[in-house]
Amino acid sequence: MAALLEIRGVSAWYGPIRALYDLDLAVEEGGVTALLGANGAGKTTTLRAIINMVRRNGTMVLGGADISRAGTEDIVRRGVAQVPEGRGTFTGLTVEENLKLAFHTRKDRAAALRDMEMVYDLFPRLRERVRQQAGTLSGGEQQMLAVGRALMLAPRLMLLDEPSFGLAPLIVREIFQVLRRINAEQQVAMLIVEQNAAMALELADTVYLLETGRVVTSGPAELVRNDEALRKAYLGY
Amino acid sequence: MDFFVQQLVAGLTSGAIYACVALGLVMIFVSTDHINFAQGEMAMFATYLAWAMINAGFEYWIAFGLTILISFAGGLFIQRVILKPLETAPVLSLVVCFIALLSIFNALAGMIWSYTIKQFPTPFPARDLFGNGLVSVQQIGIVGVTLLMLGILTVFFRYTTLGLAMRAAAQNATSARMMGIRVSWMLALGWGLAAAIGAVAGMLVAPIVFLDPNMMTGILVYGFAGALVGGIGNPLGAVVGGFIVGVLENLVGSYIIGNELKLTFALAIVIGVLLIKPAGLFGRVVVRRV
Amino acid sequence: MAAVTNSWATKGGPGVVAIAFWALLALLPFGERFVAEGSFDYYLFMGQAMLINAIAILGLNLLIGFNGQISLGHSAFFAVGAYTAAILMNFAGWPYWATLPIAAIVCFVAGYLFGFPALKLEGHYLALATFTLAIAVPQLLKYKPIGKWTGGVGGLLLDKPEAPEWTGLGQDQFLYYLCLIVSILSFWAVRNLLRGRGGRAMMAIRDHAMAAGTMGIDTARYKTVTFGISAGITGISGALSAITVAFVAPDSFTLQLAVSFLVGLVVGGIASLPGCLIGGAFIVLIQNSSQSISDWMKSTFSLRYDVPAWAIYGVLLIALMYFMPRGIMGGIEAVFQRLTTRRERQP
Repeated sequence: MAALLEIRGVSAWYGPIRALYDLDLAVEEGGVTALLGANGAGKTTTLRAIINMVRRNGTMVLGGADISRAGTEDIVRRGVAQVPEGRGTFTGLTVEENLKLAFHTRKDRAAALRDMEMVYDLFPRLRERVRQQAGTLSGGEQQMLAVGRALMLAPRLMLLDEPSFGLAPLIVREIFQVLRRINAEQQVAMLIVEQNAAMALELADTVYLLETGRVVTSGPAELVRNDEALRKAYLGY
Repeated sequence: MDFFVQQLVAGLTSGAIYACVALGLVMIFVSTDHINFAQGEMAMFATYLAWAMINAGFEYWIAFGLTILISFAGGLFIQRVILKPLETAPVLSLVVCFIALLSIFNALAGMIWSYTIKQFPTPFPARDLFGNGLVSVQQIGIVGVTLLMLGILTVFFRYTTLGLAMRAAAQNATSARMMGIRVSWMLALGWGLAAAIGAVAGMLVAPIVFLDPNMMTGILVYGFAGALVGGIGNPLGAVVGGFIVGVLENLVGSYIIGNELKLTFALAIVIGVLLIKPAGLFGRVVVRRV
Repeated sequence: MAAVTNSWATKGGPGVVAIAFWALLALLPFGERFVAEGSFDYYLFMGQAMLINAIAILGLNLLIGFNGQISLGHSAFFAVGAYTAAILMNFAGWPYWATLPIAAIVCFVAGYLFGFPALKLEGHYLALATFTLAIAVPQLLKYKPIGKWTGGVGGLLLDKPEAPEWTGLGQDQFLYYLCLIVSILSFWAVRNLLRGRGGRAMMAIRDHAMAAGTMGIDTARYKTVTFGISAGITGISGALSAITVAFVAPDSFTLQLAVSFLVGLVVGGIASLPGCLIGGAFIVLIQNSSQSISDWMKSTFSLRYDVPAWAIYGVLLIALMYFMPRGIMGGIEAVFQRLTTRRERQP
């Protein structure tokens, strides 16, 4: 498998404060990479750095093309969809309008409409609430909507920022099942940031462990799953 | 009774103008949280352009359309060139910048076309609608143009993808960028629309108040009042607010305080609404982030 | 040793500079000998206008620069001050000097009262409310029922105070000194105010209102009082203007006046006391030389039209926001700081 996204020597700053130190990371075509670590390790910053929403340097290559200098909107249009921290719901728009936003960037209207059907099939609860203001949805539904919005962009790579945050275990399970389906059926690659390490490790094939802005260790997911010492030291279970 | 009806219709007519001004203000406010103090002067300048075109021999409606287009491009240009570098500047810098734009447009108009008042043509025939002296065709025309514009804008924002993208960008810029929407351009579009709407307001009001570089100052204040009454974040509210303020102004002016204190009345509305119901009639209360 | 010199530079230094500067201003009227005959009274008149504007900007700067509340309506308080002086002199026969404190008090009360609605408003909203105030004021001053006192559209014509004989000064010299003394008192008062508890509280509110509140500062009281003091100072300058120009009329107190204060504030430097003087001088210079600036621009850029002062103001404001958001004094301070830090680095 070839690397879909490859980032080399990326550092990032919030004002004068450095949040990432020479990060190297790769996401395989159709693979799922998990980014684990404690609070403040730089996981969310990594995702923001990829779509150029934080001051950063280093090299980023997406599917062979250099995106180091591209703006957020262009990176997104090249097929990198972010499911943001806190879900990023457009609260004043209806559920349908949230999804239709992708029509703005997609040329093929028919394919976009098919994708919308697909999202409704994946999350039947969204179909029931098509005309509802998105701000009135429950947390789990808003997370589904966030995943749905990302899918509407027909992405090659999805960046998921804590999709389980603040949700009931049953909902988390449902969302992860859908993510697994998306990955399996459509070969959408994923880079997932999670506090819920056990959940992420089930889904991921590759794992990176971050600590204070640096990669501590990385490797196939089962290595981390089976390495109790590593799990205890960094993931706390 | 006839007098009352006349005042009511006159109020609705000026209300339509205030509604346009308010709508322009809201266009910019919803996407950037800025209050554009230059809105009135931009409209005035656009009206002079229309006047110059009509004087150069253009048909009224062609000049009308061209002015709207030019204003749209001008608004776009102002946002792209002048305001974009200040996107992250403090409020004071932006207020100063808007005041600067106000001064520039006012001075330019005076410089090019002089401060003597000018007659601006009206496209509507000067006659009564029912022949009883209550409603003139011009009044109906002004209200009609305003409502038509509101209708077009509603369709644009509700039923087109571009309108949807603009709404999204206004609501949550970060999320919108993550959807591939060029937020910065959406702001520029908002400015373009605001300038175009302002131009319509200017061209509608000019036949009534005569054209001069200071013609929009008072009207802008009423536009503020209308926008605030309706809720400054809500386009429909702004239009309703504009009509309410127009009617109130005429009725209060003719029955209670006389015409001399009309601007003070507008000041009272502005401060009153800001104090008692900052969200306006239709706006949502904005929760301040700590 | 370095610390000692440094503290002299930051504390004592500007004080000495300020005293020297004010002394220089006091000597200016003696410059008559070096200037061609006849035109000197005009320069003195300009000097009065500069000082008056500087005081008005000082009031505005206290509010905007040191307390973070935006006002586009200080022309209103300037007007109230001017009319207070004019009415007292015209109808009550008060001596000019006695009207100054009354103007200050009246404007303090007006500003304090306006400060209450202002409490609930921030940033753009406050700008909007004060903008409306500035536009409403000229019309309010023309209101017929109060025309008996205000003189309506025509305004009031006053007697220019003569210099007392014992001073041996000419009228314009005397009025210049009047403005200078009031300026020195105002700047001195504001400087002391800013160095005290109240000043620190005002600036804490500007920098972070909520944090200031949690530290036990009564933000509402400080903001309303600051609004009052700011209006009071601007009111004094309004009264001075009525006295020196010997005329008040509604159309002198338009939004443009408020904008010119804002221009002076931004040019001189936000939150800078010397900046107020620079700003005051600047707006008078631009207004007086707008014709020659316009002629120069017409010939240089081969324009067909006159370039009015307001266009120059506007372009200048935008340019300042881009390149020197802290105004001339901000720029000077930055240069000064760079020089001093470089000097200190040397062994």
